[in-house]
Parts: sequence; structure tokens; C-alpha cells
Amino acid sequence: MSRRDRRVPRTRSGRMPWVLVLPALAGLLFLVSPFAGLLLRAPWPTMGRRITEPEVLAALWLSLSTATVATLVSLFLGVPLAWMLARTEFPGRRLARALVTIPLVIPPVVGGVALLLVLGRNGVVGQYLHSWFAITLPFTPTAVVIAQVFVAMPFLVISVEGALRGADRRYEEAAATLGASRVTIFTRVTLPMVLPGIGAGAVLCWARALGEFGATITFAGNFPGTTQTMPLAVYVAMQRDPEAAIVLSLVLLLVCLAVLAALRERWTNP
Amino acid sequence: MPEPTPGPSQGRAAHGAGAALAALVLGVTACWGGSTGQGRELTVFAAASLTDVFEEIAVSFEEEHPEVEVTFNFAGSSQLAQQIGSGAPADVFAAADTEIMEQVVEGEGLAADWAAEHGEDGLVLVTNTLRIAVPAGNPAGIEELADLAGDDVTVALCAQEVPCGAASLTVLEAADLKVAPATLEEDVRAVLTKVELDEVDAGLVYATDVTSAEGRVEGLEFDEAEEAVNHYPIGVLAASGDPGLAAAWVEFVTTEGAPVLRKAGFGTP
Repeated sequence: MSRRDRRVPRTRSGRMPWVLVLPALAGLLFLVSPFAGLLLRAPWPTMGRRITEPEVLAALWLSLSTATVATLVSLFLGVPLAWMLARTEFPGRRLARALVTIPLVIPPVVGGVALLLVLGRNGVVGQYLHSWFAITLPFTPTAVVIAQVFVAMPFLVISVEGALRGADRRYEEAAATLGASRVTIFTRVTLPMVLPGIGAGAVLCWARALGEFGATITFAGNFPGTTQTMPLAVYVAMQRDPEAAIVLSLVLLLVCLAVLAALRERWTNP
Repeated sequence: MPEPTPGPSQGRAAHGAGAALAALVLGVTACWGGSTGQGRELTVFAAASLTDVFEEIAVSFEEEHPEVEVTFNFAGSSQLAQQIGSGAPADVFAAADTEIMEQVVEGEGLAADWAAEHGEDGLVLVTNTLRIAVPAGNPAGIEELADLAGDDVTVALCAQEVPCGAASLTVLEAADLKVAPATLEEDVRAVLTKVELDEVDAGLVYATDVTSAEGRVEGLEFDEAEEAVNHYPIGVLAASGDPGLAAAWVEFVTTEGAPVLRKAGFGTP
């Protein structure tokens, strides 16, 4: 008889290891209870009227549309960037990878300040956009998208890069021996293989863009219908009318849950 | 094949790591308390526009009362009122808005003895009036409030949910002007920053904000500002653990602190 045979049933019938279960439950409770608080304090009788107010619908539409555009831009720029980081060797690749993760760790408001100093009307680059092309980015929905791409794209890049590193390179090598060009290999072999990774990255990126606050309010400002996304609307409402802030928060929560549930179903369990 | 059983030494290591983690969390959170365990502490919740002056006044207050340590929480008045309402420990509240002080008076309340002597809704400490702030050199050539309604003038105002936004709305209505702002900022400092960086041609901020950014922005006075003079009430809170010290602070601010407040651009009530 080996030790293994005796051990397996004992492990199964063993008590729940409370040193793990207790913190796990506490962690779960901690993450869920704030939302329970939102539900408890929500002004249910006036809910129907409040969520159909034009300001709420405008903020919701702006949030959904900018987050979606930001995700598309991030896919367009981020997937090639992830490919470059995962599949090519060039001097400074490690540094480039580290730089990509900076927006993940710095407070978004710092990103907003940086964007304003670079792309603002008087910024390092922005002054030329302003004087040569009469383009002013701050206070426009484009600025909202730029802020969102800045903070959300790294999530996509890291996720796709991980998928690329995990993918079996022998398929790409086989395609290369059969004479496929690098672009063909990328579009016909690599992309289909890492599609679930791209999907998961896009969902993360979209969610992060939807929740973006600091960079947006700093760089894009706050004007209803133009740059006031849901998180900004929640923050501003909280200054005067906490009930309105609760309603907005619940709407955002519900939309996030619905979209993430739908997308997870579709993308991450293919 | 040897199976990966957690040996006793690994188990001890895991316990050790867990204990170390717990100790670290406890240690760090204990540091946050900031208390040295001796002397008296005074916690002042004050409107963000009082930041510079209160910090300056606190230095002389602490010189006069070496055993006292003054701790500040500066934020928007309504945010502070919410925090006080949620039980945040504060001795003194200085708001940039009389209505918000009234909310706190009705909710948590002021210290009864102090309020009986100085006013049930707090003591009006200072006033503040709006100014048109323009970037240094006034590139858009703004001269009066009516210029803000110009078609190609980019304007930043406070959101109407915050006090400076409500005041801006009042003066614009008094002047019967339709201004299309590019942005409604979350607080007055954000408006000032947008002006300072020359991202907008003009913004409405308080006189004290113009003083704080002297050299980087210019302030223009205008008549309609009289329609929305902002009063700053201050009061000792009922929940204060040391109402005597809190009253001493309020007294000190109104007497010794007066020149500092005036220098910063505040008006006298």
C-alpha cells in the first residue's frame, strides 16, 4: 500500500481549512457588501422617473459609446503592440514592456494631468494641433476616448501578450515553412489561436474604460452630454444629491453586470 | 514519485508568512493613527479654499499651544458634511456655504455651549466673492462679465452642484447672460487650473483663488459678484472630544488669523 492510497480519502473528508475559508468569506463579504448598501439606500419609489431623466440617459450613452470606441482603438493599436512584445526581439523590449504597464500603476488623475500637458490647447503637442489644424482636444468626447485608451489599453496588451506567449508557436513555424508571409501567419494562424485572449483582454479594457474617472475629469473636463460620463455624473451628483448618485451608480452597476455577463459567455467560454 | 506534501517546515513557513502579513497590516494601520499618545489633538474639517490660510494659522497656533497637534481634512464642504454625518471624528467644521453648515447643525449639531455664545448656525468667519480669472496676459482680451458670452470664448465654470457653481449661475442670471461653458468642473481649483494652463480663456473663481495663483492668472472684478457673496461659517461640533480646545482654535482664527485671511483675499463679514 502506498501512502497515497491512505491519504486521498482523508484529505477529502478532512475538515474545511478554516484558515483559508474565513479570510475567503471575509474577502467575499467585503467586496459584495458595498453594493448591498447601494441597494438598501436606493430611492426605489422615484427610481423609474430618475433613471429616464435626459441627463442620466445622456451620460449612459456617452459612457457606453466612448468605452466602445476606446476598446476598438485599443484593439487596433494594442494587439500589434502585444504581438511585438511577445514575438519579436528588439533592443529595449523589456523596457518597452515595463513602460506599457505604467498606466496600470499610476493614478489615472496623473495620466490626465500628463495628457493635458501634452495634448492640451497649450500642451507640448497640442499647441501645434491648435495652431496648425485648429484642433482642440480638451472638453470634447475625443478627449474622453483618449483618456480611456490611455488607462485601459495596457489591460488589453498584457492580456493578449500573455495569450501569445502561451500559444503553441509550432503552428506558426509550420505555416512559415509552407511559405506564408509574416502578415499572413499573423492574420491566419496567430490571431485565431489567441482570439479568446483578445476577447478577454477587450472585455477588461472595455470595463476599465467604462469606469474611467480621474484621467477623464482632468483631461476632458465635465460637461453633460459632451464629456460627462457616468462615473463623473456620479461624482458630481454626490456633491449635492446623494440619492441621484445612488441611482446613477445602480444603473452603471446593472449595465456593467449585463454586458460583462453577456461578453464572458461569448468570449471566454468559446 | 514523491508527492508534494506540505511538510511541517513548509506549514510553519506558511504560518509565519501569514503572521508576518497580519503584523504588517496591523503595524501600518497603527501608524495611520498618527497619534503620538501624548498631547492634545485637534481635528479641523475645512473647505478646500481654506487650505493655505488654515495651515499657516495652525503653525502659529501650535507655537502658542505646543502640546497641541492640529490635523486638517480639506475637501469640498458638502463632502465634509457627509463625512461628519457618517461619524468622521471632527472638532471644528468650517464650510464655504451657510446651507451646508445648516445641514450639519440640524444633523450632528454644534457644541451647545459654544453655539449659545457665538450663534446657532455657526460664526461667519469670512466672505469670498467671485472674480473672472483669465490666464496671465489675458490672451483673449476679456474685460467684463459679458465677454464670457462671446461665441469664440472658451469658458470653464464650476458644476452647479458645488457652491462656486451655484454662485456662478446666480451672477450670470443677475447679469442676464447666456454663457456656454466648455466644461463644468468638479471644484473651483479645477477651474483655476484650466485657466492657469491656458486651456480656457476665462473662468469664474473666487478672489482667494486668484490671490493663490498670483502671477499665473489675473483676476477681474465685476459688479454682479455682489449678488453671490459667499459666507464661510465655522463652528465647534457637538461630537468634539475637546470642545474647549476647539473653541480656542475658532477664537484664534478670528483674531490672530484675521490678517492671514485678509492677505489671502477673503473679505470681512
